[in-house]
Amino acid sequence: MLSRTANHLYWMARYVERAESTARILDVTYRMSLMPQAAELVKQEWYAPLNISGALFPFSGSHSEVGAHDVLRYMVLDPGNPSSIYSCARAARENARAVRGNITSEMWEVLNSTWLELQDTSESRLDSEGVSQFCDWVKERSHLFRGVTVGTALRDQAFQFNRLGTFVERADNTARILDVKYHVLLPSVEDVGGAVDYYQWAAVLRSVSAFESYRKVYRDIITPLRVAELLILRDDMPRSLHACMGEAYGILQLLATAQAAEAVRLAGELHAELHFGQVERIFNLGLHEYLTGFLDRVTTLGSEINHGFFTV
Amino acid sequence: MQSGASRTAHVNVVQMRAEPCFNEMYGLDGSVRPHYQALADWLTCTPAERIGQMREAAQMLFHRVGITFAVYGDEGGAERLIPFDILPHIIPLSEWRKLHAGLKQRVRALNLFLHDIYHAQEIIKAGRIPERKVLGNAQYRAEMHGFDVPGGIYAHIAGIDLVRAGAGEYYVLEDNLRTPSGVSYMLEDRKMMMRLVPELFARQHIEPVEHYPDLLLDMLRSVAPQGVHNPTVVLLTPGQFNAAYFEHAFLAQQMGIELVEGADLFVKDGSVYMRTTGGPQPVDVIYRRIDDDFLDPRAFRSDSILGVPGLVSAYRAGRVTLANAIGTGVADDKSVYPYVPEMIRFYLGEEPIIANVPTWLLEREDDLAYVLAHLDELVVKEAQGSGGYGMLIGPTASAHEREAYRERILEAPHKFIAQPTLALSTCPTFVAQGIAPRHIDLRPFVLSGDDVVMVPGGLTRVALKEGSLVVNSSQGGGTKDTWVVG
Repeated sequence: MLSRTANHLYWMARYVERAESTARILDVTYRMSLMPQAAELVKQEWYAPLNISGALFPFSGSHSEVGAHDVLRYMVLDPGNPSSIYSCARAARENARAVRGNITSEMWEVLNSTWLELQDTSESRLDSEGVSQFCDWVKERSHLFRGVTVGTALRDQAFQFNRLGTFVERADNTARILDVKYHVLLPSVEDVGGAVDYYQWAAVLRSVSAFESYRKVYRDIITPLRVAELLILRDDMPRSLHACMGEAYGILQLLATAQAAEAVRLAGELHAELHFGQVERIFNLGLHEYLTGFLDRVTTLGSEINHGFFTV
Repeated sequence: MQSGASRTAHVNVVQMRAEPCFNEMYGLDGSVRPHYQALADWLTCTPAERIGQMREAAQMLFHRVGITFAVYGDEGGAERLIPFDILPHIIPLSEWRKLHAGLKQRVRALNLFLHDIYHAQEIIKAGRIPERKVLGNAQYRAEMHGFDVPGGIYAHIAGIDLVRAGAGEYYVLEDNLRTPSGVSYMLEDRKMMMRLVPELFARQHIEPVEHYPDLLLDMLRSVAPQGVHNPTVVLLTPGQFNAAYFEHAFLAQQMGIELVEGADLFVKDGSVYMRTTGGPQPVDVIYRRIDDDFLDPRAFRSDSILGVPGLVSAYRAGRVTLANAIGTGVADDKSVYPYVPEMIRFYLGEEPIIANVPTWLLEREDDLAYVLAHLDELVVKEAQGSGGYGMLIGPTASAHEREAYRERILEAPHKFIAQPTLALSTCPTFVAQGIAPRHIDLRPFVLSGDDVVMVPGGLTRVALKEGSLVVNSSQGGGTKDTWVVG
């Protein structure tokens, strides 16, 4: 297929996934902020969505203070913020529009109507509907898009590039969500393992729809070690790093060309490390340090995919 | 049947009688023409409320599907819907048969003309058209001279605009032989109507149009360079900010071919390739929706970033087919239009089946004097304009507008033509007040390959403003489904 088409399909999927992830991050932050705690700490928590999407610097340029109201508006509706849900939905739709002939009408219609509805969304919708309900809507639209894709798309290269975009972006996003905890400080060392800590980890699990799965897998209390194991190393968790890299590696093997050899190798290497990895070693290194390293390598993988397929 | 109460809620039919122009639905005595009877019955027994819902549903569906067009000059490149009217334009099959024959005849003659002027130029030698009209035309491409295109076909896809005047007689208003657009609306309008009023399709025989993409693909494959057995066809678009991008994407998808931009193609060793994830793939036929000037920066405009460097030399070497061919613009130029009936007589030895609109060429002194003296009665157009831009409609223009236009004409009379203001036929159309007559025209799409074929009907465009004669979508026109009913 055309390199340009493949590029658009890949980014279309990435932006859908990114919009969903932003919704998940905002939702988890919002839930954490509802915990009974000091006002100063609540304020701290709203740094997290900005930090993990790399938006703190531009945000500070136009806002004097970090707070729930402004961060939500900036991350949801601000067209000037490239990682806002608004911008992601627009970018997904623009990419889809460029390759309309290569996606099914149902896929196009989901992205187009999502964008149209979002254009009509005002701040008052956020206020009247509530943050959680809005975030649920974004997630639903993303689920719908993937469902429609799986249910209608021909299993050709277009499908593979679309799926590749989904899993590369999801690996990146899960790593970032897991890192939220690093950016959210606990009041004091004694609170580690306390009620606030518990609720925060539970919120992380819920944000990636993994709370029930955690209970099923471990049948035990929530500990950071296990949360990390579930979201990094379990290959049966659909949003874990291991599962995402497994999918991405599988797709890249199908698409492999001589020029894309390095992309295939990198994905294989990342997958193998996750496949044979141990959570204790990750914690010895430091969870935040591990996740930062992982994110760098996913970025490199993205460049190799670009080089391998899109710049022929 | 509806109850008495709901009968009062029927749509308001305003100003339907006593017009000077031909009404497609009603005779002069106010009676419904037979081919509109089924629609009239349906209108009588469907409450206005339900029709209102349908119109809303249509609007919503078109928006969701994204059938939009971009408007030139609109800041921010806004996408708009072309208004869709749910009352169809209906043509009896017997009438269509005659139009079909007339269109076939006209497009055959136009293709023979193009072949002739790029070869022996018999028609010029015979004195049937002035030499400077052809060779001095800005659209004449000297680089095409002596070059044989596959099958001798130049205008593979032609959009011929038809209008109907006072007594109901048809005229050809203009020929579009470069990159005519609008066929996607013909197809989407039909899909919409079958969804909205399936009962009307069940009640009468309406000729189908949905096979147009198959006819198009068939034709494109048939004109591949000699010796290519399983040709790869692509559609070349200027990109997603072009006004007709929706149509390009739509047609590529319907035909299952790649939609490419200039940067996706390159020429190597005289052949054209597209850049794919699996490496370069050869291309044999290009259905191009880019104007001649932008096709190849090496051959035409060097500042074009839309085109493919080296494409024209590959074309001239016979390695790739372009549809339409380069240089068709000379045959659909408004100053050449008056000679089309002569072309039909010269090449086919036949009389034109569909007439031309009488046309004054302002480069002729007599014509110029007449037109300047009758500006308030005539329509004056630029010979090379398109899309309804830059024309003067004498009867509705203000005195000031006419004076300004007079000055433009006097500066360069040869750039203008004039035609009588035809009382274009009207078709009942939904407007704010209810149903009212609005002027329409019809663009059938004629495909030329081994044979000349078309689907019955075409795109009906409607001028939504009361009294307006401008049907172009860029000027506030809408569309209707077109039914050929047997």
